[in-house]
Amino acid sequence: MNKIYLDHAATTPVAPEVFKAMEPYLTQFYGNPSSIYSIAQKAAMAVSEAREKVAALIGADDEREIIFTSGGTEADNLAIKGAAMALQNKGKHIITSKIEHHAVLHTCEYLEKYLGFDITYLDVDDEGFVSPESVAEAIREDTILVTIMMANNEIGTIEPIKEIGEIVEKHDIYFHTDAVQAVGQIPVDVNELKVDLLSLSAHKFNGPKGVGALYIRKGTRIVPQISGGAQERKRRAGTENVPGIVGLGKAAEIAGEKLESKAEEVSRLRDKLIQGIEEKINEVVLNGPRGKDRLPNNVNFCFRYVEGESILLNLDMLGIAASSGSACTSGSLDPSHVLLAIGRPHETAHGSLRLTLGLDNTEEDIDYLLEVLPGIIQKLRDMSPLYEG
Amino acid sequence: MYSEKVMDHFNNPRNVGEIKDADAIGKVGNPVCGDIIKLYLKIKNGRIEDAKFKTFGCGAAVATSSMVTELIKGKTIEEAMKISKDTVAEALDGLPPVKMHCSNLAADALHNAINSYLGKSSEEEPQAETEESKGYLDSVSNDQ
Repeated sequence: MNKIYLDHAATTPVAPEVFKAMEPYLTQFYGNPSSIYSIAQKAAMAVSEAREKVAALIGADDEREIIFTSGGTEADNLAIKGAAMALQNKGKHIITSKIEHHAVLHTCEYLEKYLGFDITYLDVDDEGFVSPESVAEAIREDTILVTIMMANNEIGTIEPIKEIGEIVEKHDIYFHTDAVQAVGQIPVDVNELKVDLLSLSAHKFNGPKGVGALYIRKGTRIVPQISGGAQERKRRAGTENVPGIVGLGKAAEIAGEKLESKAEEVSRLRDKLIQGIEEKINEVVLNGPRGKDRLPNNVNFCFRYVEGESILLNLDMLGIAASSGSACTSGSLDPSHVLLAIGRPHETAHGSLRLTLGLDNTEEDIDYLLEVLPGIIQKLRDMSPLYEG
Repeated sequence: MYSEKVMDHFNNPRNVGEIKDADAIGKVGNPVCGDIIKLYLKIKNGRIEDAKFKTFGCGAAVATSSMVTELIKGKTIEEAMKISKDTVAEALDGLPPVKMHCSNLAADALHNAINSYLGKSSEEEPQAETEESKGYLDSVSNDQ
């Protein structure tokens, strides 16, 4: 059976070079980087080299601005809770958007519920854009942090982070961006974007799961969220995940080298896929923008009259892995908060299909999907009480 | 996550379609959860002669609809009324816990259809079928 993986926004396979780079640090140089003997110092050096590689990928001035975490979620938690706790005497207002990842949204809700913070959740337009003007209007005297994602994980909208950064910069406010979906897909430069804090995750760009990083601009104050030893310059306690960090470093190095060619190749497949679906299936709605403001690897459609999980089950039987924003796949009763925020009605939002591309996808994969998808949608529509034919 | 039986009924759903001159129609739905089931029954001498369904929903919603139509064909109304959500889930070798509540609506659709039939048969004139769902959920009742 075909095996076509079209869920790279969920996770990606570890690149063979990354796996190879990690292996010695699992079996040979397993020492604790805090120890002094040679197999430990070898591990400490590897962590340091990985830090430099991650810093290089996102244009950080100093590798000491990179703090390794257990992934994107922890990086978001550390950035938001850490900044909130450090600055709470100055103010308790935070600005974010309605389409953030749950790692950001639920962290903001936590601060609201348990620590008395006031959060502004900005609306987005029908393509998922946060307007820089709305950020400017929401800023108050007691605002301490703005957190807006760099690119949306569901619909691929690339937010105007640079423009928002220019606004936030004029105030004494920290600016965080969750760049988990952007790093390794599009150019990311912390100085150009004018961000103080930036989250990234290794497994979104062919690195291993369980490791990520938070960029913390020099001079930015955060309160650590995990207490313990003095690792990560006292910002994140716990023995370093050495093999994971080495894997992240290698993945960052490769991503930097391949950034342009990958974006070009993948966006070509993306546009072929979007065009093909629009040509072959009626009553579909593309979620998110077209062209350069869309992540090169993201395709997201709503198919009216059908439900997402049913599409996924049918695709899976043909060996195609994809994702949906339907309630059944979100693990709650509501469909995707992102699709609702861009104005899709509930029943349309339930019929969404996200296809996210990676380096392992080929032209043939797209052809095959375009060959089978129309039949699947028609079969489900024929079964649907909402479809009049 | 689904049993083989659920997947079988999802892949090859039995009795999909409409019955034009149906004696009873049951329609239940939960627009928030995203499942809508419309069940058509042909009833003669108190016995269900034919049953068809149309479903908008996840794998569990489709499979439970299909299973209900199989379970009720040939049954009397009284027998059919005894079929519960648990009966349907058991016949499918179980459903994931999260689906038991939100997507196991076929038994509700069945009870809804029979109740409307019993109400109808006590009246002089048979009620015309309620208007077809035109756009989206305007005419879908939520019996949850």
